[in-house]
Amino acid sequence: MARKITYQQAINEALDQEMARDPSVIVMGEDVAGGAGAPGEEDSWGGVLGVTKGLYAKHPGRVLDTPISESGYIGAAVGAACNGMRPVAELMFIDFMGVCFDQIFNQAAKFRYMFGGKAKTPVVIRAMYGAGFRAAAQHSQCLYNIFTHIPGLKVVLPSNPYDAKGLLIQSIRDNDPVIFLEHKALYTMEGDVPEESYIVPFGEAAVVQEGDDVTIVAFGRMVNYAKDAGASLRKKGVQCEIIDPRTTSPMDFDTILESVERTGRLVIVDESHPRCSMASDVSGFIAQEAFRALKAPIQMVTAPHVPVPFAASLEDLYIPSPARIEEAVMRVKEYR
Amino acid sequence: MSSILTVTMPKWGLSMQEGKVNLWLKEVGDTIAPGEEIVEVESEKISGAVEAAVSGTLRRQIAQPDEVLPVGALLGVIADADVSDELIDDLVTRFQAEFVPPTDDEADAGPQTQTVQVNGRQLRYLKRGEGGTPLLLIHGFGGDLNNWLFNHEALAASRAVYAIDLPGHGASTKVTGAASLDDLADAVSGFMDAVGIASADVVGHSMGGGVCLALTRRAPQKVRSLTLIASAGLGSDINGAYIDGFVAGNTRNALKPLLAQLFSDAGLVTRQLIDDMLKFKRLEGVDAALATLAGGLFPGGRQSEVLADIAAKSGKPVLVIWGENDQIIPVAHASAIPAARVVVLPAQGHMVQMESASEVNKLIGEFTS
Repeated sequence: MARKITYQQAINEALDQEMARDPSVIVMGEDVAGGAGAPGEEDSWGGVLGVTKGLYAKHPGRVLDTPISESGYIGAAVGAACNGMRPVAELMFIDFMGVCFDQIFNQAAKFRYMFGGKAKTPVVIRAMYGAGFRAAAQHSQCLYNIFTHIPGLKVVLPSNPYDAKGLLIQSIRDNDPVIFLEHKALYTMEGDVPEESYIVPFGEAAVVQEGDDVTIVAFGRMVNYAKDAGASLRKKGVQCEIIDPRTTSPMDFDTILESVERTGRLVIVDESHPRCSMASDVSGFIAQEAFRALKAPIQMVTAPHVPVPFAASLEDLYIPSPARIEEAVMRVKEYR
Repeated sequence: MSSILTVTMPKWGLSMQEGKVNLWLKEVGDTIAPGEEIVEVESEKISGAVEAAVSGTLRRQIAQPDEVLPVGALLGVIADADVSDELIDDLVTRFQAEFVPPTDDEADAGPQTQTVQVNGRQLRYLKRGEGGTPLLLIHGFGGDLNNWLFNHEALAASRAVYAIDLPGHGASTKVTGAASLDDLADAVSGFMDAVGIASADVVGHSMGGGVCLALTRRAPQKVRSLTLIASAGLGSDINGAYIDGFVAGNTRNALKPLLAQLFSDAGLVTRQLIDDMLKFKRLEGVDAALATLAGGLFPGGRQSEVLADIAAKSGKPVLVIWGENDQIIPVAHASAIPAARVVVLPAQGHMVQMESASEVNKLIGEFTS
């Protein structure tokens, strides 16, 4: 039965249920148990923000603290996945992925292809992403577009607790490497989540609001900003169709295309930098596939092409806001 | 006595917080009888009509088409023709000044579903109303207690009405047991014991009708009357392609044409309705439960049990309601019980209790009073 829990609890519950269901599922990462020597649940951290709290006591021997050596333990997770385990490795901040790129996109992403389909690599790499946490330029980036670019990786961006649980369960059961990305600002978001286990399939966008005037495609946390903008615009008589792709690889372009063919107007909201982003990716796709349907130039609402600022006032300006989304929608709506 | 009554935004289902006004079905000055449809409203999940609770004249249309309003907001005013305009304007001004839209927390504080344990299975149910002879609402295959969205509150005006999720359905345990109508009837019987219902007027839709018939066979003392809506168990025909497709369907595109067969107005199959169905079908164990149940109840596209004579022999009052254009179970089955009162609603489909809610509510109300 569904009840309200947070995004963070939904992720914890997905890990817990999958560990109970499948003994090959293990969790590893920096402080995911609680630091070396911490004996039990009480004094274990369960990750830097407590997302894995409680799992160490419930699943003895299967929640492994690792050294602060991302390339080492991500490599270990990829190797374990090739040998029958289903590791879920937590990389803390997506910004640290850089030090283990070889393990992720030269090794994990290539095995199935280079071994003629004979190898599978069922590893999940969890990391938090996104700005708004006053954590400065090295702990606030999005970077999901970089992983989306690599064939062989699947990339997941849940925008709410229901999707977080269902997509993580699907990620763990999937036989390919999955980059599972959690926006820090969403950890406290509450929503209806069934107690039972369930999956949300990859490559199936959610249409979170229906409308015929303007299509908004938004990613991760931005889905919630798009909803705020959509609710405000609805009161002004503008009906937005808001699409949450949920996974950027695979990506449900069909749902976006179908919507834009109806509305003829498209706004894309992406928290990352504008160049080579999900926004430019969707924009390019629609320009190519639905040129005749477009009634106005596509608008991209993104962060600027600068590092995430540390100054609070600048960071707030950096992140796309519901007001900026609303302005973009009105620009395409009123374009003549 | 002259009276003024407000028509407000209804709350259909636990999650509804606001609705959009589609169109007015009555004009200002029209005379209105209780149960008549006044204005069409659309929630995220479904659209339907707001019915008059009283008779009078529609005096004001406050809400305009396409307006989105919170639950409880003022839509219009019904009053006797001799009530002065000043009085009505006063009421409107006062209502608008005092109306506070419910917050999320208050919206959640409405009627809540509960659960009971019956023979190791957890069953969810929703109770509305108090007193009188209890009435029990039992949904069909793949359904849940929300199938009674437009009936539950109306029927519960002066009595306790329980809607349950059968095993394998809704939020009840996803184990169906023996995959027979008897097994489901035993779950219902156990539920009645658990919540202290000695006997009830039972209302079943589709497979739920078959469950009511099986309950009459297993525990006749618990059944006061039977209302069978587009019911299973009254003949062996059933749309096997629908059942198989529904069990196998796991995407929006697969489910949409199937769900459209349930309604006479395919426009009722909203994206939200399909998404909710997908959410249910993707719960662990649901696919297996539905497949097991379909295999037991509808093997090879036929109904495995015909229980029409159970109803006939029981001597209980029986009301049969059917939609003329039912695409799932043929309307010909409506005449299977000779002594029953039979009402066939023209141009209606399988989900007749949703699409013709006011008519069905009236029929059940009169039949069980």
